[in-house]
Amino acid sequence: MVGIDWFLGLSAVMFTIGVVGVLIRRNAIVIFMCAELMLNAVNLSLVSFASYYGNISGQILVFFALAVAAAEAVVGLAIIIAIFRNNLTVDVSKINLLRW
Amino acid sequence: MIVYLFMMLAVLAVGSALAVVINKNVINSALFLVLNLVSLAGLFLVLNAQFLAIIQVLVYAGAIMVLFLFVIMLLNVENEEKLFDKFRVKYFLTFLLAIGVMGQIFYSITGAADMLPAISENMAYVGTVEAVGDVLYTKYLFPFELTAILLTAAIVGALMIAQHKIKRTDEI
Repeated sequence: MVGIDWFLGLSAVMFTIGVVGVLIRRNAIVIFMCAELMLNAVNLSLVSFASYYGNISGQILVFFALAVAAAEAVVGLAIIIAIFRNNLTVDVSKINLLRW
Repeated sequence: MIVYLFMMLAVLAVGSALAVVINKNVINSALFLVLNLVSLAGLFLVLNAQFLAIIQVLVYAGAIMVLFLFVIMLLNVENEEKLFDKFRVKYFLTFLLAIGVMGQIFYSITGAADMLPAISENMAYVGTVEAVGDVLYTKYLFPFELTAILLTAAIVGALMIAQHKIKRTDEI
């Protein structure tokens, strides 16, 4: 069995890839997907801690995080649809109403 | 055997995560995200968290990604053709920030290296559906019920936001 540090390292790498995606992409939907990537990286480290400590509470927390992620995806995609209806684009560099 | 399984799933997860970021086509990004979520479910199985692995496939790779694909097809989003065709200062700054973030996380992991747990002997029993349900319906019953209110509020809010009729303006 591999040690917990491998799981934490994998989680760190995936979180960083998510950060890079949020920063360099311009499509709002892809930015949203990269946020899901970061969420999943943190979920992985929570599950690995829960399993290695033999404590169930971390997995319960991941369960609730999944429920919150589902709610967040629904509301976020609704906001993206509303923005698309107003602007006919989801490119975040062209949505500059509040930019000076 | 477990080590090879972990390596395979880890390479798959990191590669598909990179493909999500790099791909110019939005639908390809979404499908690579599905691959990433499924490989994470495999990693949960390696960690003996069977319940969460099933939930990951059902909720994330099933429900949420179908929602994403549905919205992408509904909006017919254009591809980002000029994603990497010229060097921008933004990419360099992002690279520096990514190095900083990853360095900080690895620094904190190595700083706490002697506090990290060794493998627990009851790891095989802790993630089964029986064990999770046993705790979820007794100790964590109240937050579990609150989740229902959260999901109802999210559905009502999404309906309110997406249904709202707005006068379309010509300026972008």
